[in-house]
Amino acid sequence: MKFAILVNEGPYTHQASDSAYHFTEAALRAGHAVVRVFFYHDGVNNGTRLSVPPQDDRNISERWSALAEQYDVELILCVAAAQRRGLLDEDEAKRAGKDGNNMAPGFQISGLGQLIDAGIQADRLIVFGD
Amino acid sequence: MSVLHIVNKSPFERNSLDCCLRLAKADSAIILIEDGIYALQKNSAAADKLQQVLSKHRIYALQPDLQARGVNPENMLEGISLLDYDGFVQLTTEYDKLQSWL
Repeated sequence: MKFAILVNEGPYTHQASDSAYHFTEAALRAGHAVVRVFFYHDGVNNGTRLSVPPQDDRNISERWSALAEQYDVELILCVAAAQRRGLLDEDEAKRAGKDGNNMAPGFQISGLGQLIDAGIQADRLIVFGD
Repeated sequence: MSVLHIVNKSPFERNSLDCCLRLAKADSAIILIEDGIYALQKNSAAADKLQQVLSKHRIYALQPDLQARGVNPENMLEGISLLDYDGFVQLTTEYDKLQSWL
């Protein structure tokens, strides 16, 4: 079965981001396809590679990146939500004249159309948020 | 069309469980996750509401979230099934639509 995942909350603020990760991981492990994980609103903060959580705590963005690499899953940040919150890849940073970028490996910036498309392609769309 | 309702709010904080129970059709199921699991503690006002709809809906709860909040399964309303994440994924494949009551 094909799943699409929508994450509306940031890391370390609400359990939604953890729940979404555990659900996605369990779905992939069971052999299901995950069409796309779409990060919207504060959810885009899951995509920073500059977070430095304490060593005995989970590293939420690294955990997503590892999942993307292992299962070849698309992790998409909404462009408008990402720009507002300072989540930039190399191209976006250059375009906005910023001195650096902070996108974690496996994450990409794209538009809201990718959420609609995921909803159409997938058999199930599941939303995690507050 | 069958629906799985996902409730992640404590019934003592928000009214999402009430909204869900008011609108959910008879063939739909409900899973309590995150703070939603506080609804299933025996002898609480919320559990009384759930008790009344147990004949109408299958009700599930996410076991890791129960454990994270220190809720003893023995204090849980009877007739509710506990699932881990694998079970949660399986459950979502059995219903046509997923409705998160955020």
